[in-house]
Amino acid sequence: MTNKREKFGFETRSVHAGTPPEPITGARNMPIFQTTAYVFEDVDQAASLFNLQTFGYIYSRLTNPTVAALEERVASLEGGRGTVAVASGHAAQLILFHTIMEPGDHFVASNNLYGGSITQFTHAFAKFDWRSTLVDPRDPENIRKALRPESKAVFIENPANPAGIVVDISAIADIAHDVGLPLIVDSTLATPYLCRPFEWGADLVVHSMTKFLGGHGTSMGGAVVESGKFDWSANPKFKAMVEPDPAYHGIRFHETFGDFGFTMKARAVGLRDLGPTLSPMNAFLILTGIETLPLRMQRHVENAQKVATFLDAHDAVNWVSYPGLKASPYYDLAQKYMPLGAGSVFTFGVKGGYEAGIKVVEACNLFSHLANVGDTRSLILHPASTTHRQLEEDQRIAAGAGPDVVRLSIGIETPEDLIADLEQALEAAR
Amino acid sequence: MIDHDDYDDDFLRGILGRVRTIAMVGASQDWNRPSFFAMKYLQDKGFRVIPVNPKAAGKEILGERAYAKLADIPEPVDMVDIFRNATAAGPVTDEAIAIGAKVVWMQLSVRNDEAAKRAEAAGLTVVMNRCPKIEYGRLHGELSWSGINSGIITSKRRKVRVA
Repeated sequence: MTNKREKFGFETRSVHAGTPPEPITGARNMPIFQTTAYVFEDVDQAASLFNLQTFGYIYSRLTNPTVAALEERVASLEGGRGTVAVASGHAAQLILFHTIMEPGDHFVASNNLYGGSITQFTHAFAKFDWRSTLVDPRDPENIRKALRPESKAVFIENPANPAGIVVDISAIADIAHDVGLPLIVDSTLATPYLCRPFEWGADLVVHSMTKFLGGHGTSMGGAVVESGKFDWSANPKFKAMVEPDPAYHGIRFHETFGDFGFTMKARAVGLRDLGPTLSPMNAFLILTGIETLPLRMQRHVENAQKVATFLDAHDAVNWVSYPGLKASPYYDLAQKYMPLGAGSVFTFGVKGGYEAGIKVVEACNLFSHLANVGDTRSLILHPASTTHRQLEEDQRIAAGAGPDVVRLSIGIETPEDLIADLEQALEAAR
Repeated sequence: MIDHDDYDDDFLRGILGRVRTIAMVGASQDWNRPSFFAMKYLQDKGFRVIPVNPKAAGKEILGERAYAKLADIPEPVDMVDIFRNATAAGPVTDEAIAIGAKVVWMQLSVRNDEAAKRAEAAGLTVVMNRCPKIEYGRLHGELSWSGINSGIITSKRRKVRVA
């Protein structure tokens, strides 16, 4: 159980959480522990480790000191109890649902999600017989209506990629809790600097750390963070967290590990059996990235506000979907949930539709045309022809990725340079 | 006044640094029960742990003889660690006061404020709804190895036990 008061501020924890000096050498920065395995003291200690009776490292598929440092840092910044770091954001979602779902189970998700999440939920997860219903979260009651007796969780993304839609997290948390289910929030685009979903009632948070947390476009990584507040024992649906686990010698994870039972199970069973381990090198690069997360996010949102304001006034632009703009229908929600800034990923619509959208993307010289967000560099993409290409047309429109939509991820460059690049690209596309 | 919702790290560190002999009420003989985990871990950290469990009385758990009740233990006990539910924790706390224990520690999810008041009035120190294994691991950097938020920020180098 963590103490309620965090003794140190967010910026201090961004630099220090999880990384006291390395005790053997005194190394002040977190070393990259590039090793697959760890020598046991003796047979008895080895047995204790495998039984989860003592703390320690066994094999880097499960735990690694560099990865663990990153996990603790992310847990600290989110105000959570524990984190499992994995190879990518997709892997984070796989490990999360593997920990709570059984074949035939169901969850309700927002339909305003990163396109890759929609594909993962509707196709890959269906192979495990994990079913989902995707609904428009802008009216939270849609989520209540989609709940079934076999539902195990509610999943939303905030703000939602690509259109930057801000979701009413606490209203949706209430709906999930009314039926004893956990609310899962993909908080990738917010980062804990802009929004901490646990403060609004969420129970689990997933991140693609590939984005703003790592922040420099160097490393893939994902994270599942546990708040420690969800009572798995209160709902008989979660007996796999509560009853003796046949996948781990009959351990009762919730009883044995209490408020970090989910984290232990996700690691000891999910990561052990599915295997999407984060490499120590990537963990090191993401840890280093997080040290400057507060500084970078300040600049990201400041630049995004300037670029969105510019586009909003441009005559070749039909609309701008940025919740930091006063005219946005999500402005009030953004002020509530993300008062320090409405993120730096958003979309706009070009006059001239699909063809004009492609032309703007191809005419940019400073914005990089690629499928990522949350880099120091500014990025541009035409979702309908790339990230959301595998979706049906109605799914694309529902996900905010219609034919005229251009997605931006605003970096930390000089804002006037970003505006000048978009200005010449819009002219070229006329 | 101790805030039983939010213990100070130094308060917990002090208890775990002072006590040497722990009577564990509800210690199980089954290797996959939480009490067995905690007992094995605390033994490894140098604590003497004496199991108390009527079902195991007279038998050995992890090399220690088990007793039916606290009063049967023939030597002084510093701390009583209660692996029983909140209701049962009441009478166990009274027994702990009777045998002269200095600390009553109720396990994770176990909280009995009335019993805590009686123990504190008798001069004992009380911890509730925590696990000494988890707290020891947290305060000594080991819990962090599993990606758990220890809440500890320090620029001091931790002393490592030399074998």
